[in-house]
Parts: sequence; C-alpha cells; structure tokens
Amino acid sequence: MNSIPIRRIFYALALLTITTCATAGEWSGFVALENRYFPEDALSSEQHDNYLSIVAEPEYYRDWDDGKQSFIFVPFVRIDQHDDERTHVDIRELEWIKAAEEHEWRIGVRKVFWGVTEFQHLVDIINQTDAVENVDGEDKLGQPMINFALIKEWGTLDLFALVGFRERTFPGVEGRPRTTPPVDPDQSDFESSAEKDHIDLAIRWSHALGDWDIGVYHFSGTSRDPRFTIGMDDGAPVLVPFYDQIDQTGIDVQATKGNWLWKLEAIRRSGQGDSFAAATAGFEYTFVGVAESGIDVGIVSEYLFDDRDEDALTAFEDDLALGVRLTFNDAQSTELLFGVIADLDDDARLWSLEGSRRLQESWKLSVEARIFSNIPPEDFFLFGLRDDDFIQVELARFF
Amino acid sequence: MKRLLPLLLILLPLSSIAETPEEMGLAISIEADRRDSGWHDQTADLIMTLKNKHGQESRRKIRTRTIEVENDGDKGLTIFDEPRDVKGTALLSFSHKIENDDQWLYLPALKRVKRIASANKSGAFMGSEFAFEDVSSQEVEKYTYKYLRDESLDGQPTFVVERYPVSKYSGYTRQVVWIDQAEYRVLKTDYYDRKNAALKTLTFKGYQKYLDQYWRAHDMYMINHQTGKSTLLQWSNFKFNTGLTSRDFDKNSLKRVR
Repeated sequence: MNSIPIRRIFYALALLTITTCATAGEWSGFVALENRYFPEDALSSEQHDNYLSIVAEPEYYRDWDDGKQSFIFVPFVRIDQHDDERTHVDIRELEWIKAAEEHEWRIGVRKVFWGVTEFQHLVDIINQTDAVENVDGEDKLGQPMINFALIKEWGTLDLFALVGFRERTFPGVEGRPRTTPPVDPDQSDFESSAEKDHIDLAIRWSHALGDWDIGVYHFSGTSRDPRFTIGMDDGAPVLVPFYDQIDQTGIDVQATKGNWLWKLEAIRRSGQGDSFAAATAGFEYTFVGVAESGIDVGIVSEYLFDDRDEDALTAFEDDLALGVRLTFNDAQSTELLFGVIADLDDDARLWSLEGSRRLQESWKLSVEARIFSNIPPEDFFLFGLRDDDFIQVELARFF
Repeated sequence: MKRLLPLLLILLPLSSIAETPEEMGLAISIEADRRDSGWHDQTADLIMTLKNKHGQESRRKIRTRTIEVENDGDKGLTIFDEPRDVKGTALLSFSHKIENDDQWLYLPALKRVKRIASANKSGAFMGSEFAFEDVSSQEVEKYTYKYLRDESLDGQPTFVVERYPVSKYSGYTRQVVWIDQAEYRVLKTDYYDRKNAALKTLTFKGYQKYLDQYWRAHDMYMINHQTGKSTLLQWSNFKFNTGLTSRDFDKNSLKRVR
C-alpha cells in the first residue's frame, strides 16, 4: 500500500478548515481576459500565433481575535485556448496566521517574497515559479509550509519547514513562448529519494536599521531551479527536469538615501554541480513631478552576475539592465514601464514594455510587449524564444 | 492647575511672551501641537474623492491607523480598500521630526514589501491633489515659522502663520496657515510651489471634539489652482485608545493587514 504523502494530508486538513471557516468574511479578487499575439512564425508547427485565455483569482479573507488571527484562501485558475499546460489550477494561498506580541505562526499554503531588486529575483526561493504564466518569473505557485516568526528588537527571525515540493510549470507542446525542445515534467527526476515529499528548511533574519533594510538566510532542500537532461517522449526529444538537493545562503540589502535606492542581492549555492555565486546590484532613482507635469520618472539600473558564466541555469550571467518607469499620478493610475536587459558578452537583448490603466472604478487594462533580439545559439535558455516576441493585452475586472 | 498655566500664557498678548514674528509663529505651532498630543493611538476611515477640471469623479476608500511615538514622529498604517485593483495595498510610515520619514509599501500581488524613497515628499498621494508631505505627520520641527497677522476667517479670529519646510525635498517654498485662536485648529492652508506661485488651498471643515479634548476635521478639501483639479477627504469612524501597539506598525503586520 502506498503511504499518503504528507503534502496531501496538509491540503486535506487545509480544505477542511475552509469548510468550517468560510461562513463570515469577505471575497475580493479579479477575473481577466488575456490575448497574446506572436507576430513571427513559430519554430514548431504545433504552436500558434494567437492565444486567448481567461484567468480568475478570487480571495477569501476572514479575521477574528481582534485581527490577531486570520484565514486566507486564494484559488487560481487559468484556461488557455491552446496550451494544455497553461490551462491550470493552483491554490495560491490557504493559510492561517496567528500573531502575538513577539511571534507569529503562519501555517498553510503561502506565498513569501524575499528581495529588493527589480529585474531578477535571485534570493527569492520559498515559492516555485509558475513559469507558464509569464517569462518574467514573478508568478509563483503556492507553497505548503509551517512558518514561525520570532519578532524582537534585533529583528525578525523566520523559521520555515516547507512540506511538499512544487515542481515548476512549463508550457506544453502547443505553448508559446517555450523552449525547444519542450520540457516534459512527467519525467521529472529528483536527487532526493523522497522526491516531492522532501521537507525543505529555511531560516532567515531580517531587520530595518535606519535607512537600511537587510535580510540574510540559509535554505537547505530541493532546488526550485531544475537542471535539464535530454530525454524522449513518443520519439521526440524533450527536456527532462532534474531537481537537485541544494544549500543556498543569500543576502539582500537596500539602502534608502534621499531619492536614491541602492540595492544588492547575492547568493551562494552548492549541490547543483560546482558551487557558485550570483548577484544583482543596482539603483533606483525617481524624478518627482518632471517638468511640472505631475509625472514621476523612475530610473532603474542593475547589473546581473553569475559566476558559472555560460554554464549558468539562467540567461543572466553578465548582463546590464535598464528600466524607466513613468507614473502619471492620474485618477486612472496610468503607468508605463520600459525595460531592457543587455548581455555584455554578446548582442542578446531582452526588451519589455508594460503599461496599465484603470478604466471606470473596477476595470484595468494592461498591455505588455516582449522582444527577444539577437539571441545567439549558445544561449540555451533564450535561443528557443528567439521567434517568440509577443504583445499581450489583458482586461481585468476586480471585485 | 497643570493645564491652566499654558492657557494663561495664551491669554496674555502674544508680543509679551514672543518677541519676533518668528518666535510668535513657532510658539503658536508648539501650542497647537501640544493641544493635539497625548491621544496615544487612533483609527479612522477615509473616503477620498478626486475631481478633474471637467468634473469627473473618482473615489478611493482608505483606512488609517496611527500611534504616537514619544520624542519622535507618529507611526502610521494606511490600508487601501478601493479602487478594487489596489485592494490590500498598504503603506507603513515612521515619521520623524527632522530626518526623512521611513516608508514601506506592501504590494499584495507579489507579497512584496518595498521600502520607498520618502524623500519624494512632493509626489502625489494616490493620484490625488495631496502630496505625501501633506498627508504625513505634521511635526513642529518640519518647518520654520513666521507669524504674519491676526485675521478673521468665516467669523472666527485666527492667527495667520507662514511656515517654511526645512527639507530640501519639499515641493513648497512656503505655506500660509490660518489657525483659530480659540482652539488652535488649522482652518485653512495655502501652498506655494517652488517658484513661489500659488499652488493649492486646503480647507478644513466639520471639526468634532473627541475624548473631550482632541479636534478632528471631518472634511478636508484641497483645490489645485494651477490645474483646476480637486480632492475631498471625508473622514469618519474616528476611534481612540484602540489598544494598538508599536507591534501593529512593523513590516510583519504590514504583510498581514487587509
């Protein structure tokens, strides 16, 4: 008889909590219609030029005990016109929090963000990336955990037991943008014999000291970033993810000096091939009310480094990034964000433009364009995306 | 008796206790600050209505929590409920008497707490006609002062005091403040931009007294003379001594708050 994985028990208990708690409280969230258009011909005949999808992320919230205890449930669903892998459901959050004067318990499925930089989130490791959502890596899968936070004068000490590993999501054969060949998550392999039931551990200290915000952590467990081997599926080549057991130490620092934000994220990881270090460092500066227009112009520049060079499991091993953020400060909260990441060793450039504007009181229109230019064949991660420039329009209704 | 002494001082002609207009302006501001000290903590609800020059309106719903800090500026938590796309966004501020305030913004979609540059004092708050420096805690030390004159405003005798922001990041050269002589409440503020041109006027209406001592304006109306846009703040549900502690104003509570 198979033993029941601990994460199944975890979800079952959590679902039980919902049914008992979901009596009073409030719902909010959004439903959105998204269209992605790819102007260039796809590399594979199985891919398409236009993808329509619908996404919903409601949130249920309830607190009691004078706000000291709370319960949150955030399911997520996306239905994609073509990509069976992008059509997916997830529990983003299903958690209970109990706060006391000097500690907090946070138990359940949660999202935890660590870090300070804008172009990549190197130190952020608790949650797995929901990579079918977007190529920027900012969408995350819910992570089951027990988190105890000790809150003292000297800072916050967070202890995490991450019960149950979430595999990264990858676009399906019909999906776009995607790697070539596609990733076959059904064949995923793990260094740990416990596979997805391995319990990962993390400890983090964070503190705000005057103008400085500092975090230091150690993580020991299953790498969120897989390595890949070449496999076969129905006679066609596929990439097969392999999840190593790693140890990673990381630091994130921000110094806020006048209109300047100075930022650093750095990690050292062992257990995934040779030990290596990686870092992102840069600044953000905001010009307020430029030329009496009321428009704020923010400039972000960051250097992205990984000492594995071309062997890195990332496209960003020696890259310079530049971003310009326009905040119009109007009633519709109009924003425009332009960004480019330039590889300093070749001509590869990743261009992006993101814009958003509120319509009426409860609608929001977002536009996003991404261009992958001059990607050399040696750039394993990006070469498959070389013809996957896209423009995306999303109309969301918030409630 | 303890409360009587400052009151007696006020009843004296101002010129006898403060020689120069600068000293008089400072004395008035210190007295206004003293009268509004000691409430410990407060919570309130806010509806913010933005209006452009064509009369189109847009509404925001906000909740605020504030706690007094001894020998420093207040700590505040601002929680956004509407528009719905920013629901769950929250701002944590530690105001200081002289240095820049500390501010952290919680972005619920990413679960990210971002320390923001509070030196951006002149930046618009939520797209409104209020700048961050207008809604942050008004500490005496943030300005230097000059008493201008006594004047009657809507039938109430007031002190008219000019004040000059100390911070080089302020969007103003000066502000002219009308403070009523009976209760030391701000009734009106004129703002002058960096070129010393008239920029905005803020009027305070609907003052009510809480805990038998503290006056709170329920309507604040800001009009921008240069753009014709305006913002109305309607406050309600003021509560004091709600049991908040400094622990309710840290990065952990910022991530928890809804």
